[in-house]
Amino acid sequence: MSTVKLTVNGKAVSAEVEDRTLLVHLLREQLNLTGTHVGCDTSQCGSCVVHIDGKAVKSCTVLAGQAAGSNVTTIEGISKGDELHPMQAAFRDNHGLQCGYCTPGMIMSAIDIVNRHHSQGSGGKLDEATVRHELEGNICRCTGYHNIVKSVLDAAGRMKVAQAAE
Amino acid sequence: MGVEGIGASVVRKEDRRFITGKGRYVDDIKLVGMTYAHFIRSPHAHAKVKSIDASAAKKMPGVVDVLTGKQIVDDKVGNLICGWAITSKDGSPMKMGAWPAMAPETVRFVGQAVAVVIAETKNQARDAAEAVVVNYEELPAAADIRAAIKPGAPQLHPEAPGNVIYDWTIGEEAATDAAFKAAANVVSLDITNNRLVPNAMEPRAAIGEYNEAEEHFTLYTTSQNPHVARLVLSAFYNIAQEHKLRVVAPDVGGGFGSKIFIYPEEMVALWASKKVRRPVKWTGDRSEAFLTDAHGRDHLTKAELAFDKDNKITGLRVKTYANLGAYMSLFSSSVPTYLYATLLSGQYNIPNIFAEVISVYTNTTPVDAYRGAGRPEASFVVERLMETAARQLKVDPAELRRKNFITQFPHQTPVIMAYDIGDFGASLDSAMKAIDYAGFPARKAKAKSEGKLRGLGVSCYIEACGIAPSKAVGSLGAGVGLWESAEVRVNPVGTIEILTGSHSHGQGHETTFCQLVAERLGVPISQVQIVHGDTDKVQFGMGTYGSRSAAVGLTAILKAMEKVEAKAKKIAAHQLEASENDIVIENGEFKVTGTDKSIALPMVALAAYTAHNLPDGMEPGLKEGAFYDPTNFTFPAGAYICELEVDSATGKTSFVNFVAADDFGRLINPMIVEGQVHGGLAQGIGQALLEGAVYDSSGQLVTASFMDYTMPRADDLPSFKLSHTTTLCPGNPLGVKGCGEAGAIGASAAVINAITDAIGNNKLEMPATPDRVWHAIHG
Repeated sequence: MSTVKLTVNGKAVSAEVEDRTLLVHLLREQLNLTGTHVGCDTSQCGSCVVHIDGKAVKSCTVLAGQAAGSNVTTIEGISKGDELHPMQAAFRDNHGLQCGYCTPGMIMSAIDIVNRHHSQGSGGKLDEATVRHELEGNICRCTGYHNIVKSVLDAAGRMKVAQAAE
Repeated sequence: MGVEGIGASVVRKEDRRFITGKGRYVDDIKLVGMTYAHFIRSPHAHAKVKSIDASAAKKMPGVVDVLTGKQIVDDKVGNLICGWAITSKDGSPMKMGAWPAMAPETVRFVGQAVAVVIAETKNQARDAAEAVVVNYEELPAAADIRAAIKPGAPQLHPEAPGNVIYDWTIGEEAATDAAFKAAANVVSLDITNNRLVPNAMEPRAAIGEYNEAEEHFTLYTTSQNPHVARLVLSAFYNIAQEHKLRVVAPDVGGGFGSKIFIYPEEMVALWASKKVRRPVKWTGDRSEAFLTDAHGRDHLTKAELAFDKDNKITGLRVKTYANLGAYMSLFSSSVPTYLYATLLSGQYNIPNIFAEVISVYTNTTPVDAYRGAGRPEASFVVERLMETAARQLKVDPAELRRKNFITQFPHQTPVIMAYDIGDFGASLDSAMKAIDYAGFPARKAKAKSEGKLRGLGVSCYIEACGIAPSKAVGSLGAGVGLWESAEVRVNPVGTIEILTGSHSHGQGHETTFCQLVAERLGVPISQVQIVHGDTDKVQFGMGTYGSRSAAVGLTAILKAMEKVEAKAKKIAAHQLEASENDIVIENGEFKVTGTDKSIALPMVALAAYTAHNLPDGMEPGLKEGAFYDPTNFTFPAGAYICELEVDSATGKTSFVNFVAADDFGRLINPMIVEGQVHGGLAQGIGQALLEGAVYDSSGQLVTASFMDYTMPRADDLPSFKLSHTTTLCPGNPLGVKGCGEAGAIGASAAVINAITDAIGNNKLEMPATPDRVWHAIHG
């Protein structure tokens, strides 16, 4: 057992974990942040994607200990109070989810995709093909991706507006 | 239509909790004193269990107990059952081999559980499972249909000699043979319908909780039909009495059929919770899902179509071998029979049909209903035959279909189904227009000049949805009725709860069902709440599968609504001192026609519960229930056309366009309907291009993870162009048909027809991987 200190959704956290504990299990089982899901054993499905220091990471491939000292953001930490993150709102408005199981991981990946492309300036324009390619690490079985892709493109615009306003 | 009523694309009420991570799936639930189960599963496809030594495991840290198959049998827990009786052509009943929840003597597929470790933590259970020593004596295995039906094949169950479960027929053999004898042309095809793994993103999970003081059990489970689970667990499995068992299916992360059935893990979690006197939780991982969730499809078929000299179809003859795996899962027997062969008429006027279906046991995971259940297999047979026929007869594929479409309704097929309504020509027209069918030859020629192989494939599907009616399915061997129940409760303050026996696991019931109430009463959907998925709250239900939630479940709600409205009108009339016949409901108010007198719904509700001033003799309260049993199946139908290009150097397929024109009757929420179609198309295209469960000859599942089984990802699929034509279903008052399975039923044939058109070789099996396509091109 070791003590791991990290920041999760802006709060300092200290947890006793077995050395083999994966970050996803720390989040779900010890911190009760059950929005991050486990959908496979092989880091293929992306249901467990969270942000570590602002970058999308599959939390089932990271040991809790490896996340020590980092800033972890989960699906529970992206809205401002009752105000949804633009990506969350876009998923709702475009029917980008059905059963909702892959959705948290999908949203966390999608935010990272948009952030990376926005940070590339005008050359970072997102199109459908790019979104489809970059969502490759996340599997959805319900939506056929059609509305997820729409959601991400819609959110890219909303996030740009939000960033410009800040 | 109000802004939130029927026909409005209202955004979903349930989404807020899913997009904020507040959904509550089974694995999210923690109970006081909860223990964790880890199953010990057979690594062999067929073996005798000689001994199980758990002595070392029992001493390991945190281990509460290790329970075996022998113990569950000794405790008289029943064997798993198949609930649909099929009779062979010789009159004998189907041959059901015994399926204990954990195998005490013989294992028949890789992944079958033989024991379970219960421990304080998941990791402790997993660690201890490593220390359980199971001594197996391996037996020869039959890993596919061909191996299982060979003379001298390994025998799975003593009850089923030759591994044949049933040999069943439908239709008129002699008349069909005569049609073939008289035919001007005969088209035949050998078809493999590849085995699929449903792969809902949420792996199955179960928590059993035994309350010793009350002798009461609770099961939290990933189920599409909690009431049926309770019924079967109590009536057949002897786990608990029905009134002593509560089944809760909270948020469920996709089902696609795989979560209809009762599984051993649910039985064991309940049984074990009584053994260890603590809650027992099991959460499957993806490998367990691959090995133990019921698989889908897996047919070998020989199909022939007879035509007269005018290219009118005169007969269809089909012989299908269906693999049901090692045991008969809950609905398995009905899938290749009454859900498959009864749809073999497709959209066509076929005077003579004869089908023989032989279901067999193999040493593989049990096979049962998966999205579409039998209908995708039927549609694939018919639509591959039609495309093949068009090429052989050298006529346009769309025109050959149109020439043979059923145009008069109702239409009785030779294989039971009576289609109530449809307009197949309208769907085909719509799809052809959307894809610019007429312009295709020019596009194909242009692609060819650029060195690319372009193809176009048509698929005109029909399905039978909204299953029941109960009387009909009962006469065909179903063990249950397939009605639905509902209750509408208007609370004293005017908010409304709808209790439904349908179960939502992604379909958006929490929104669409409220839209019905919003439409009828003119209240916002925020004032209405759905209650579902809990047998302690909802009186009864048959669950969600077979696209039955709207046609059957929502109609039950409508029936309850009508009762509520009738009573509310009486109360309003009494309060307003008007005649009941003069009361109309508008915008949440009960108005006296032709006057300005009205009373708002909350006041009517309050009056019903205060009961200070009700009509003489009226029972207080404002809640009503209804059971609804439909009079027929519903028949959604449509036309899908796919245009694609094949890279002859790599065999890789790329979509140019995919159009879908569906007739689902009335659309409650078009946005949700289209989302359902998108998902179905992805699964149908997945079957055509990517997915396939592969066993080696020893019965090992080679594709048992997402690294080996190719799931469709965003980059594999196109965006879809959808359109809707509408014939209102006459069989239910809402005119709805069902949309959940359409995409999966119609898409596969469109894709394979398009690829075979592109490459000029009709011999191509699913999944049409680049490797297979390359070989089909280059020989």
